[in-house]
Amino acid sequence: MPQVSMTVNGKPASGDVEGRTLLSSFLRDTLGLTGTHVGCDTSQCGACVVHVDGEAVKACTMFALEAEGAEVATIEGQAAPDGTLNAIQAAFQEHHGLQCGFCTPGMVMSAAALLKDNPKPSEAEIRDYLEGNLCRCTGYHNIVKAIMAASGQDVGAIAAE
Amino acid sequence: MYAFDFERPSTLAEAEKALAGEDAQALGGGQTLIPTLKQRLAMPEKLVSLGAIQEIKGVCKGDDGALCVGGGTTHATVAREAAADYPALAALAAHIGDPAVRNRGTIGGSIANNDPAACYPAAVLASGATVVTNKRKIAADDYFKGMFETALDEGEIITEVRFPVPEKASYQKFEQPASRFALVGVFVAKYADGVRVGVTGASEGGVFRWTEAEAALSADFSTGAVEGMARPADGMMSDLHGSAAYRAHLVGVMTRRAVAAAS
Repeated sequence: MPQVSMTVNGKPASGDVEGRTLLSSFLRDTLGLTGTHVGCDTSQCGACVVHVDGEAVKACTMFALEAEGAEVATIEGQAAPDGTLNAIQAAFQEHHGLQCGFCTPGMVMSAAALLKDNPKPSEAEIRDYLEGNLCRCTGYHNIVKAIMAASGQDVGAIAAE
Repeated sequence: MYAFDFERPSTLAEAEKALAGEDAQALGGGQTLIPTLKQRLAMPEKLVSLGAIQEIKGVCKGDDGALCVGGGTTHATVAREAAADYPALAALAAHIGDPAVRNRGTIGGSIANNDPAACYPAAVLASGATVVTNKRKIAADDYFKGMFETALDEGEIITEVRFPVPEKASYQKFEQPASRFALVGVFVAKYADGVRVGVTGASEGGVFRWTEAEAALSADFSTGAVEGMARPADGMMSDLHGSAAYRAHLVGVMTRRAVAAAS
């Protein structure tokens, strides 16, 4: 069985995988990092979004072996080691950007990717960027608010829907 | 998914060798192929990932002024790096799927698969682009052979797509909101020697050139030149998202929008 090695949240990680093992399965089943959720497993819902070499990807639609040697970031690496939430996570909490929480890891990872490239996105840009992240609870409104707040912008301007 | 062997060569030469075996399948960004494998609609003996081959990645300007896009270049990279030279192509790439899909999906993968509702085939055909493989150069007009069919041979790898840059162009997509594929997408490109119109999402035969509109627009590049023009519904796809007649109508509408937006 082939072996794969990568860096996950700054730490070396490796394991035996099959050719068909998805990155999402490797993270969840081999490494025990179950924060990366698998919602649809058809690359539509975005609950499995992680960063590979700094870019947001759907971990259910990439083979583990394709991440050989890559830097992978997952939701588990977002908070500080003492558990202090990062700015995006704290804003999701503050603005009630989740209800059941299933989509939240993907939402937070997508938001982090957006803010890296676009530190002050408009409401329209946030909604556009979240095209591939589905939330069936919130209607997205508070998620957009949280991301606006995490980028240091006024959330009062977002009209209630 | 059925089990398969997996290889990830770092050079084109190694990839050619790996693909020479029976039932070997090239893997681009996997944004279509992996869902297909999950549904057990494909069962290759071996998958050969092209993702580590640096020599087929990137966007550059050719000596003849053409925009050259490496076959392994992601949609996100094209959206960024083609924006100055070929804005209509960059805009098309920027609206494929969603951001995470664009960070993985590649132009070579898209046109090798030739989904009848994919965006890139419309741009390749309307630009009269050249598909360069590890074996030969194929003109766009000879490349697309029908739904999910191309001129590629088994094991042939798309190394580059060369786009002659038009004076004006625009791609207008009527998006199917669930899949984000084109219900109908029209790419209009105006060159010094005439206008080309590529239509995706509409026909049972896959991407096609709308030659009647090309003739009208070559004589007069204005929305008025194609006002009232429509395709016959014969041969158009028909499904729960849109009837053949609806798609035929949209071809006219999206063509006019593309002409109006061309820059």
